[in-house]
Amino acid sequence: METALSGLVGLFYAVAIYLMLSKHTIRMILGIVILGNAVNMTIFAAGRVLREVPPIIPAGFDTPPESVANPLPQALVLTAIVISFSFFAFLLVLAYRAYQELGTDDTDEMRVAEPDGEGPPPMGY
Amino acid sequence: MAVSSANTVDLGAAMVTAPTALADWVVILPVALPILGGAILLMVRHQVRLHAWMAVVVAAATLAATTALLVRVIAEGALVMTMGRWLPPFGISFNADALGATFALTATFVTLVGALFAIRDIDATGRRYGFYPFLLLMLAGVNGSFLTGDLFNLYVWFEVFVISSFGLLVLGSEQRQIDGASKYAVLNLVATTVFLIATGALYGTLGTLNMADIANKVGAARETGPLMTIATLLLLAFGMKAAAFPLNFWLPASYHTPRIVTSALFGGLLTKVGIYALLRSMMVLFPLERVVLSDLIAWVAGATMVLGIMGALAQSDLRRIVGFVVVSGIGVMLAGLALGSPLGLAGTVLYAVHSILIMTALYLLVGLMYEAGGSYSLHDIAGLYRAHPLLAAIAFALVLAAAGLPPLSGLWPKVVLVKASLDAGMWWLAIAILVSGILTTIALARVFALAFWRDRPDAGPAAGDGAAAQLGGGYAILAGLLVPAIWIGIYPEPVLQLAQLAAAGLSDPSAYLEAVFPLGPGS
Repeated sequence: METALSGLVGLFYAVAIYLMLSKHTIRMILGIVILGNAVNMTIFAAGRVLREVPPIIPAGFDTPPESVANPLPQALVLTAIVISFSFFAFLLVLAYRAYQELGTDDTDEMRVAEPDGEGPPPMGY
Repeated sequence: MAVSSANTVDLGAAMVTAPTALADWVVILPVALPILGGAILLMVRHQVRLHAWMAVVVAAATLAATTALLVRVIAEGALVMTMGRWLPPFGISFNADALGATFALTATFVTLVGALFAIRDIDATGRRYGFYPFLLLMLAGVNGSFLTGDLFNLYVWFEVFVISSFGLLVLGSEQRQIDGASKYAVLNLVATTVFLIATGALYGTLGTLNMADIANKVGAARETGPLMTIATLLLLAFGMKAAAFPLNFWLPASYHTPRIVTSALFGGLLTKVGIYALLRSMMVLFPLERVVLSDLIAWVAGATMVLGIMGALAQSDLRRIVGFVVVSGIGVMLAGLALGSPLGLAGTVLYAVHSILIMTALYLLVGLMYEAGGSYSLHDIAGLYRAHPLLAAIAFALVLAAAGLPPLSGLWPKVVLVKASLDAGMWWLAIAILVSGILTTIALARVFALAFWRDRPDAGPAAGDGAAAQLGGGYAILAGLLVPAIWIGIYPEPVLQLAQLAAAGLSDPSAYLEAVFPLGPGS
């Protein structure tokens, strides 16, 4: 199970990095979303996948009598999903506003903050 | 996460059976107060008149809490507070040691100064869009990063201050801000995601996220686990957050776009969180991996400090010059991490305290220069010395401080770091520190010469007396930042001792580990 998941995670990373290398904002954002999902599955796989036994301790026991599924990665992944989702929402709005304000989604042409050809500072007075 | 098959366990070792001592709540107050304050400010979002003074009160209370925390940490050593009832490594614990408490105190002080400066810098529209709630939530995230003892929790605090900083960065929705914010947002998000990858891999290797527990268990996993990979990923992620070369290009692309008080707080606080995380993870979690990486860190440090300040030499926009000065300072701090000796680490901590104060002050100074001279461009701004002699005096002091010249705070950390480099036989790193100091002097002295000494081309009076009166409040706030800087410069002994205490906690974390696990590792 971990092996299959690892292969999928690797595929996700590859797709994410490929998309993030684009200079168009929407593709970059899609890449970031896929990267976030790749990380979530990394954490999930890192916690060892075991789905048969729920992590519930039977009555009369202080510890589970056998190996159980690990609930902690799910808590971590849930946190990470919420965070990456809110970032995704913010980035989408930001990209849309950038397209409205700057008239382009090509990061090479987004030079308002760092204009080309400013020239050197004054050399003396 | 092997589960023991024994059917009875000693709950006393896993659970808090007594309530948290009232005095220990001071560990969480520096985070809880600004979160509460930010939440209340969101509720009274439309009463913009309330925002400023409420935020100042909350920041002042947080400052009192961090001061109390630092005093207790100095007196008693590292403090630990565990959330809920679960003892580490199960529950999330907050650990305050001298390093974290020092950073938290300095950061809170600077935020308070920023909140005061924002009273004159942020108008009602900016307040309605939530400047002060974002400010307090950013402080909560920054303090949380400094005080948490859990790696995943550190990631969460990173995200808290990053998303608050997005809000501050786009406040005003100008074209330049949206452009800068796009680059800042994407690259910071990638950095925190890389951090999360490392966290996931570390959890898969060691089965724990508590930092002290990781430090205890990391030795046993060294033969089998991919620890070098994880340490390198952490170096990459935190180096990106700290704006270390070659991962620094988001900083000069964005830090000059928001309101000047926002730039000031970003320049003072956010990159230092990256430095703190690097110190904590490299020294406490992965000490042997850091030794392997130390040559790489040293080259990165040298390149960051020299190339960063060369960027400042090429700029004509005042805010972008300061941005590159911030980058250069990151390199100086990384030098101590590369050395790893107690003296070098003390230099890094001392420089970080100095840098939090001075980089904030430099941005605020640039803001006042803009008010007085009407431009951020070195081509246009001139004649400020004649019009505002007091501003010139403050600017001169800040130039000395940033360049590392006596009698201000920049001198001592560089002295310590140069000595530590020479002790370690890394003469080229010492030369890089000195060269970056000289180039900083040139870059900032040129700003001073052009903006203050040069006469205005029209030879008329610069700005009216009305402008001088308006700058009055700004002078007082800048002076408030300069007082500790001058104090550290003239009498560095107490702060140097504090930095050495913090560095000792990094080079030998056994006291920190004992505070988290009083019964010994594996308990």
